[in-house]
Amino acid sequence: MHKHAIELEAVDKRYDKTAVVDNISLQINSGESFVLVGHNGAGKTTLMKLMLGLTQPNAGQVRVLGKDPASRAFSALRRGLGYLPESVSFYHHMTGFELLRYYARLKGVAVNEIGKSLQQVGLLEAANKRLHTYSKGMRQRLGLAQAILGSPRLLFLDEPTTGLDPSLRRDFYRIIGALRASGSTVVISSHSLNEIEAQADRIALIKNGKLVACGSLEELSRLVNLPVRTRLTVAPGQAAGIAGQLEAHFRIDEINDHDITLVCPVDHKIAMLRHVSDLGDAVLDISMSAPRLDEIYLHFMHEEQQ
Amino acid sequence: MNPIVILASKEIHDGMRNRWVAATILLLGMLALILSFLGSAPTGELKVAALEVSVVSLTSLSMYLLPLIALMLSFDTLVGEFEHGTMLLLLTYPVQRWQIIAGKFAGHTSILLLAILIGYGTTLGVLILANEGDTTGWQAYAAMMATSLLLGCVFLAIGYLLSSLARERAVAIGAAVATWLVLVVFYDLGLLSALMIDEGKHISEGLFSALMLANPADAYRLFNFAGFEDISKLVGTSSVETGLLAPLASMLTWILIPLILTTIKFQKREL
Repeated sequence: MHKHAIELEAVDKRYDKTAVVDNISLQINSGESFVLVGHNGAGKTTLMKLMLGLTQPNAGQVRVLGKDPASRAFSALRRGLGYLPESVSFYHHMTGFELLRYYARLKGVAVNEIGKSLQQVGLLEAANKRLHTYSKGMRQRLGLAQAILGSPRLLFLDEPTTGLDPSLRRDFYRIIGALRASGSTVVISSHSLNEIEAQADRIALIKNGKLVACGSLEELSRLVNLPVRTRLTVAPGQAAGIAGQLEAHFRIDEINDHDITLVCPVDHKIAMLRHVSDLGDAVLDISMSAPRLDEIYLHFMHEEQQ
Repeated sequence: MNPIVILASKEIHDGMRNRWVAATILLLGMLALILSFLGSAPTGELKVAALEVSVVSLTSLSMYLLPLIALMLSFDTLVGEFEHGTMLLLLTYPVQRWQIIAGKFAGHTSILLLAILIGYGTTLGVLILANEGDTTGWQAYAAMMATSLLLGCVFLAIGYLLSSLARERAVAIGAAVATWLVLVVFYDLGLLSALMIDEGKHISEGLFSALMLANPADAYRLFNFAGFEDISKLVGTSSVETGLLAPLASMLTWILIPLILTTIKFQKREL
């Protein structure tokens, strides 16, 4: 067992002289859920294709389960690999069951696994319908059923929940969660950040083919040291006066008749709470928001531009 | 199960489902029957067995029809999967790229084999019955069936090459039709006009034979006509002496080289 399921070392990929992946090095640990985050066209899909051996780097090295994924020797390891491409397409004249049987045979997965897979994604009843009658959501489910055939050790999901309704998304993440629990390594690409937060052990932020930042959510928040925003609700007309008292210690971001929004660094949070409690009954309500992935993401993307 | 077998059986199933197989069998069978019975009419005078006459008419039929069927079966096979997006997923499965080509080729060859066996086989049975059990010339007929399959394979291989070179399906189908026209229709016309203009000054018999052999469709015809004395007398190709091996070698080369080029091109293709 390799400690790193996937290793990228100074990988470059160019299409027609345009760098799509620019000197990216990263390691994905075995059993980890790793999320690639970036705008459309940032290079996430290409990174995934490099990891899948569908395309080869112009420079640098890609190692998946200890081997070059574009090499012949990797072919046998593909049995333990699942992939759901962005906008997956199938042979539309086949039925759902026929399609999965075709893929199961190629993977050397037992036929009785097909029913299990179909059931997990909730397609058992539609299994004998032809694929051209499937809705977008059903096709995406089938794509997942195909990817999880034979419980792969390595699962690649490219924008898996784009265009799915919220309940389908929950189903999706429940299934992926079950695979993670059984020890599979999962690589997900996404641009919907908040939804992915709960799924990620570690996150890589990609911009214009470059790795902007990589780490767990906590590590990333610490790295940017984004401020905590606190909103105080006070009696109408009191806001200006109270803000005056706080101004010496904290930055006031917004103020109106009865609301004050304070901004302070994460490590000043407790001190700030103490100040607020000193104000006594003047404060009617308080709410705090920690930086979310969205803000961290925006911070990094913005920083890079400057 | 071997991935080549899995891919081949998928092609056969697809062929059955979209009625390709049925249509091809029907087309070959009907035309073969009609031609054979039309062709039997003059046998009394020419004194050749009915089966050998059928070989002549069926060779002419196959020479035009099988390349077209094979090209239509194959032009789409790679470019279609690329364009439709299914190739991306397939290549992440434990299948080598050469196995994809080998599997598709095995599947398409099986479809052609089935069509030739049933289509021409039925005609053979009917002809033997009509001749009151006279089986004279069955070897020629069987050889015609076997080389028909080879001819089909040649154009499958060419179709794959076009499919690996084309970036879009529309380009591939255009190239397939053009290939058919050039190799099957215009090549002979060109050769004939060249002969007429030349009047035997530059084009020697040897060169003419070589030019005929170089084209797989003509090689197929040479094999089936020149191979049997009776038939070559009948259609007048006896002047071209190529034997049996040279046409076979020509067809095999036309299968192998496009397949090898297709594999090389496909291996290099990035997604």
